[in-house]
Amino acid sequence: MLDDFLVRAALAAVGLSLATGPLGSFVVWRRMAYFGDATAHAAVLGVALALATDLPIGLGTLTVALAMAITVAGLSARGWAMDTTLGVLAHSALAFGLVAVSFFPTVRTDLSAYLFGDILAVSRPELGLVWLGSLAVLALLAWRWQSLLTATLSEDLAHAAGINPDRERLVLVVALALVVAVALKIVGALLIAAMLIIPAATARSFARTPEAMAGAAIAIGAASGIGGLGLSLWQDTPAGPSIIVVAATLFALASTLRRG
Amino acid sequence: MSLISADHVCVRFGDEEVLHDISLKVDPGEIVTILGPNGSGKSTLLRALLGIVPVAEGRVARAEGLKIGYVPQRLMIDRTLPITVRRFLSLPHRVGDDAAEDALVRVGMAGQGAKQMTTLSGGQLQRVLLARALLGRPQLLMLDEPTSGLDQPGEASFYRLIEEVRRETGAAVLMISHDLHVVMAASDRVICLNGHICCEGTPRVVSNAPEYRALFGLGTQGALALYRHEHDHDHGDGHPHHHHHHEHDHA
Repeated sequence: MLDDFLVRAALAAVGLSLATGPLGSFVVWRRMAYFGDATAHAAVLGVALALATDLPIGLGTLTVALAMAITVAGLSARGWAMDTTLGVLAHSALAFGLVAVSFFPTVRTDLSAYLFGDILAVSRPELGLVWLGSLAVLALLAWRWQSLLTATLSEDLAHAAGINPDRERLVLVVALALVVAVALKIVGALLIAAMLIIPAATARSFARTPEAMAGAAIAIGAASGIGGLGLSLWQDTPAGPSIIVVAATLFALASTLRRG
Repeated sequence: MSLISADHVCVRFGDEEVLHDISLKVDPGEIVTILGPNGSGKSTLLRALLGIVPVAEGRVARAEGLKIGYVPQRLMIDRTLPITVRRFLSLPHRVGDDAAEDALVRVGMAGQGAKQMTTLSGGQLQRVLLARALLGRPQLLMLDEPTSGLDQPGEASFYRLIEEVRRETGAAVLMISHDLHVVMAASDRVICLNGHICCEGTPRVVSNAPEYRALFGLGTQGALALYRHEHDHDHGDGHPHHHHHHEHDHA
């Protein structure tokens, strides 16, 4: 069954949703959308770094994404003007990454795979990594869930309960870097943030508890993944962007239904 | 032994010293109120005691294993975060449905568990915050202007609720207010703050202190004048203040 590239692609999309659903919910609640962008864009720089040092691509993206996420989290804790800082960091990381990658001619031709993903070419080991990474993120979030939620609602309430909000922020930062490393192959650096935010925002329309929203975001993410693959096959469109197109359509539908 | 104490604590924001040389303590079972004008550092003091704001000098000591129930002045919940009252009560520690409902009944919010937090009025939110604080079985309740969102009857009943809680659970209460009238009646001890501790003692002692009167600029129409008048003629009917209505002239 895993021999079929479509089955592998669908399984990869579903696996990724397990992580992006709950993590994306936190990204929405904490207004970290731009933060997700900065981390994802840094992954392109990670690709270049991995090529230069002959390390696995996944390790390179994970390292650079983690470094970027920790930098941004540290700056925000020190009270920098986040909107501007993130804008500068996100786009420079992408630009530096693109320039750095251009030094490797073999990659140059394949650049769009890193920007928009290449889910149809997911190999068995890559599929294994997607599931491993996603399950790790899911387990991390489940383990810290109560503390993360308390710190998200109010840092003061968290402090008073003996929870360190900085530590919880770090948990999210690590989870985000992991998701970026995992999702690069599937939706690409430019659309990772969309995969985080759109299913969670769609789930918000009908959820009454945080858990319901995270769960629904997983389901919507998985449905978008499979639907996007279908769209890609049917219209011969790029798979990564097609997934986001389906997700955005579901979002529009949910918003309309809610209002209607 | 005191539940919590501050020993010569200073707090600075940049170059500005917001709190200067604060020493205080709260003993088991007492109700202590911090009074002060706006910008006097009341909230900062509470936050320093909670460990939210770092202390530049001096130290804060808590009794070992002290359980604190904190009720912040306000709680802004992002509209993107769906959460029911019931779910909120289970943060950060999960509680059973019976315990949650008991706590809601206790604060006068019976049967409201299914409501979304973002739909609550200011008074309802304060009550839910208190219910959540009580579920942790605190030895010390810390309340930051708990009645700021309430009208006057709501305020009086909230303070009665606090006193009942103290009587039932034995929890000490440290609260902030800028409302002289009700608070004076409900407190064992009052600490008057304006960057430093101006004066402290029982409500009667503090209300006679010149520092206190200077700070609040109390004239003959002041709330305190009313209070003291009442207080001096209070022969223990227990509710000397509730029939008075007056302007707050201290804020």
